[in-house]
Amino acid sequence: MRPFTYERATSAEDALNRHDGDAYYLGGGTNLVDLMRLGVETPARIVDVAHLPYDQVQLNPDGGVLIGAAVTNSALAADRTVREGHPMLAQAVLAGASGQIRNMATVGGNLLQRTRCSYFQDIAKPCNKRDPGSGCPAIEGEHHNLAILGHSQACVATHPSDMAVALAALDALVHIRGRAGARVVPIEDFYRLPDDAPERDTVLDPGDLITAVEVPLLGMPSRYRKVRERASFAFALVSIAASLDVVGGLVRDVRLALGGVAHRPWRARRAEEALRGAPATPDAFRAAADAELAEAEPLRDNAYKVPLARNLIVQTLTELEETS
Amino acid sequence: MDSEATPVHADLTLVVNGREHRLNVDTRASLLDVLREDIGLTGSKKGCDHGQCGACTVLIEGRRANACLALAVAHDGAEVVTVEGLADGERLSPVQEAFIENDAFQCGYCTPGQLCSATGMLDEVDQGWPSAVTADVSTEPVLDDDEIRERMSGNLCRCGAYVGIVAAVRAGARSREAAEA
Amino acid sequence: MTERLESREKVTGAARYAFEYPVENVAYAAAVQASVGRGEVLSVDIEAAQRLPGVLAVLSHENAPRVDSEPDGELALFQSRTVSYRGQFVAAVIGETLETAREAARLVRVEYAAEDPDVRLRTDHPGLYKPDKVNPVFPADTELGEPEAAFTDSAVRVDVTYTTPAEHNNPMEPHTTLALWDKDGSLLLYDSTQGASSVQSTIAKVFGLDPTQVRVIAPHVGGGFGSKGSPRPNVVLAAMGARVTGRPVKFAVPRQQMFATTGYRTPTVQRFRLGADPDGRLNAILHDVFEQTSTVREFAEQTATPTRTMYQAPNRRTSHRLVALDVPTPSWMRAPGETPGMYALESVMDELAVVTGVDPVELRVRNDTDREPESGLPFSSRNLVACLQEGADRFGWAGRDPAPGVRREGRRLVGTGVAASTYPAYMQPGRAIARAEPDGTFTVRIAAADIGTGARTALTLIAAETLKEDIDRVTVEIGDSAFPRASVAGGSSGTASWGTAVVRACESLRGRLNGEVPPEGLEASADTSAEVKNRDEYARHAFGAQFAEVEVDADTAEICVRRMLGVFAVGRVLNPMTARSQFIGGMTMGIGMALMEESVMDGEFGDYLNRDLAQYHVPSCADVRDVDAFWVEESDPHLNPMGSKGIGEIGIVGAAAAVGNAVHHATGVRVRDLPITPARLLPHL
Repeated sequence: MRPFTYERATSAEDALNRHDGDAYYLGGGTNLVDLMRLGVETPARIVDVAHLPYDQVQLNPDGGVLIGAAVTNSALAADRTVREGHPMLAQAVLAGASGQIRNMATVGGNLLQRTRCSYFQDIAKPCNKRDPGSGCPAIEGEHHNLAILGHSQACVATHPSDMAVALAALDALVHIRGRAGARVVPIEDFYRLPDDAPERDTVLDPGDLITAVEVPLLGMPSRYRKVRERASFAFALVSIAASLDVVGGLVRDVRLALGGVAHRPWRARRAEEALRGAPATPDAFRAAADAELAEAEPLRDNAYKVPLARNLIVQTLTELEETS
Repeated sequence: MDSEATPVHADLTLVVNGREHRLNVDTRASLLDVLREDIGLTGSKKGCDHGQCGACTVLIEGRRANACLALAVAHDGAEVVTVEGLADGERLSPVQEAFIENDAFQCGYCTPGQLCSATGMLDEVDQGWPSAVTADVSTEPVLDDDEIRERMSGNLCRCGAYVGIVAAVRAGARSREAAEA
Repeated sequence: MTERLESREKVTGAARYAFEYPVENVAYAAAVQASVGRGEVLSVDIEAAQRLPGVLAVLSHENAPRVDSEPDGELALFQSRTVSYRGQFVAAVIGETLETAREAARLVRVEYAAEDPDVRLRTDHPGLYKPDKVNPVFPADTELGEPEAAFTDSAVRVDVTYTTPAEHNNPMEPHTTLALWDKDGSLLLYDSTQGASSVQSTIAKVFGLDPTQVRVIAPHVGGGFGSKGSPRPNVVLAAMGARVTGRPVKFAVPRQQMFATTGYRTPTVQRFRLGADPDGRLNAILHDVFEQTSTVREFAEQTATPTRTMYQAPNRRTSHRLVALDVPTPSWMRAPGETPGMYALESVMDELAVVTGVDPVELRVRNDTDREPESGLPFSSRNLVACLQEGADRFGWAGRDPAPGVRREGRRLVGTGVAASTYPAYMQPGRAIARAEPDGTFTVRIAAADIGTGARTALTLIAAETLKEDIDRVTVEIGDSAFPRASVAGGSSGTASWGTAVVRACESLRGRLNGEVPPEGLEASADTSAEVKNRDEYARHAFGAQFAEVEVDADTAEICVRRMLGVFAVGRVLNPMTARSQFIGGMTMGIGMALMEESVMDGEFGDYLNRDLAQYHVPSCADVRDVDAFWVEESDPHLNPMGSKGIGEIGIVGAAAAVGNAVHHATGVRVRDLPITPARLLPHL
């Protein structure tokens, strides 16, 4: 690990002032310290933002919630409002990592996790995300748990966060403070597809600080479900955040987002489109899933993710339909 | 000399198992390494150094955490409890006792982390925190074996003592309740 | 039922492991790994590393002390320019702090002349050869009768190929050494090892010392599962660093580096042919194994050896073919040979059961034998059938519908499977000393290891029983090469080997005790070399049967092992509490083998890619549900004074087959390549 200076910011302004463009903000450190120890990240200056006054989950007048960026994953999942109004968000957070890590990890940091692609994590290998222009060995190499949607010739990584998948389904808004002031970015615009610049996971500019995530009222049953290679404490093969509102046997509203399939949480808008107004039946769910996955381009060894994602969509929507 | 290469040090106060330690540490040092190498409390273990095994689990401000992922400098002033601080003098905690009675370990290397994790986890349940296997997250969780297994999954045990660990946590939870009642 | 004697130390954090001995002025080592898969080191640029304040030394082939690594090429640390596999240690830094050493190691620049590594195990590899022997001393090939012809002529034939991936031991405690040189030229090592005596003799040879000049201390070891059965490069690195800097040096191999430098189980490709009559009675067994070793040192896993022991058949063949690839050196991992071999044999037996319609338990009973089929020797005891029957009773096997893929509970498919287990009852020579102290207590010393097996406790029980004393009055001290020489904790031979030495020393002491113990105490020692050498000719093996019930999500292919039950015949069980933990622990590792463990070789770069505990999945607490183990009464007079067989490894043997067979029963899909992941199973559901 490269030596670094450590400073504790006392306010957002203070954090922005301390950030020299190359500094790293530190939240819970559960991914940053991991990556620093691997040599993947080599900050010379760390500004600790975990103690900023963004550690509350607040109920908004419209019934949504405003989640401070320094709220820990555990606190978010334990929050009564979230558990009752947005169960898929609590479930997504609880599906990630371990109890210990959730106690440390913050909401802001969770959003900014880096991919767990093996090549990205090994500084002795090429990786366009870590070292732009060096190549992507995963395309021909080991990629059984990498992307099937939205990937490019430059990068086939997936985004590792569970929480972000639920936030994508919930139309969450990311509150950001930057040099030019405050702005709010919808989470779908917050994350990028890799294109030819996979080194950028998000649209954040250097020095930008996430202060909060705003989640609008949902008002329908929701669920997060994650498939992985062991029963707990593993990243997703495919995960799904879903909510469904059925009236008179017809789908009035639906939200679907997939994890583990793309460079960003994958909002399944085509499937949603196909379902609105359609009968809430397994056949319709399957047709909607197929519509979404028609554009999937699996790699040599991850084609199984296509039926896995399809079956998960059908299974989860069917269960939501049965319980609603 | 290359200034970039020069380690940066910072003053730090930690209260570990009730005892205050004033230290000057490399900013890169993990809480785990400071506990083990500087303070001499080697009970907390290093199994992976990346938050992937749980052997380093300690309680920071009462909450279980991976000491290997915690920069010591970021925890100035924190209260930390390690496995060395779980017993009340010579009297083992109910969870420690239950680990012995249920043979919940073999090599013992993951054990300090398991014990701190179980201790923190039982408090999380007391606070009503749900888990990934809580069927309805809006309700109060009940600590059955599935809940124990899920909540203890951040602590790997390669000897495969999980059956004993689950039994021990179950028993420890019971005798803890009895002691509180 | 005796609790582990070191329990209190282990639950309070007082038990010290190798890295944790307080020594003055200690320095820290960090290693640099080769970033090419094959080639030569051209240059090592240490300038940037040496500029860091607190760097004490940078070691590489350019300046490392010469050592003698004749016993094991992996210990020839920094002795040549040759890179034999990616991840091999090519340099190391010794620094004042861990942070400095690791950062300096990152800054060491090594230039290579690189060649493309040859890392893919395949059955048509031109480099395949027949090894002189397989681990430890078995013939590579065996043949009886006319197996090919008999197979062709059999009424029922099964001809299938199973593969198992590379798997890494991953003990929770990394391989660790703390090395201190004394002014008199002697070397003290606190080491994470399964055998203090063997580290002592090997390292003495490497550094050109007399064994009496090396002392190895290892009272607590955080698991090994075979990977700490012989010294690994970490020992040489720490000792070399300590010699060069004149400081005590400690080195724990980072988890990521363990995947290249501390051993693993070879991948295997196993072709099985079973020929049988319509009732399932075997007529021919052919088991042909392909596996890898490195170019540094040959390790030939004895994968087909259990096939030589398990079932009757007049015509039989086993073979092992090896290829030396540019890969890390494979080595022992829990039940080497038996684990992959019995996975394949017990899976193919299940296939034969399906083909013949014979119940899988009954099929194994029908092919039981009272003589070891290939050696012709009588078994000292063989209670496979008793294990199968008691297991079937306890599990509720009777009335099982054999039809695969028909039991649905909602979206879940449910099935059950059975497999047999076996492991040899080895015994190694060794020595022990027993002392009567003037205060009426007793001390027994032996350089044995307790890597979590419960050895310390078992040996204390054995000593107390022999001395006819209360266990509280007997102390057994282990884990120090200064004690009488002991064999490695491996091959499930520890308790049998060390226990025999302890019994003989204690018997001898008892014989000399008549009344008062003199002030200086009374001592007796034993050496079991002759006793071990002169054992009668028997086939000595433990047996067992494992049953598993799984549910498979038909949509996602997620597999949950709902319950698992093992019944074992292992002679006399000395301490039921720790024995049960050993069996269950092995079965738990078997669940990992069946469902998740796989070290992925990168074809381009030539290293095991998923080199940490987030990517290499071992079972978590949530994966292990209702797992239990029992044993049948077995009295065997041909074993050792305790009447015991080893128990550390048999729990994993057959476990993966039981799970795989249950997956087949649940789904109708036979996955013949481990592990059975959603990626492998879902496309067939």
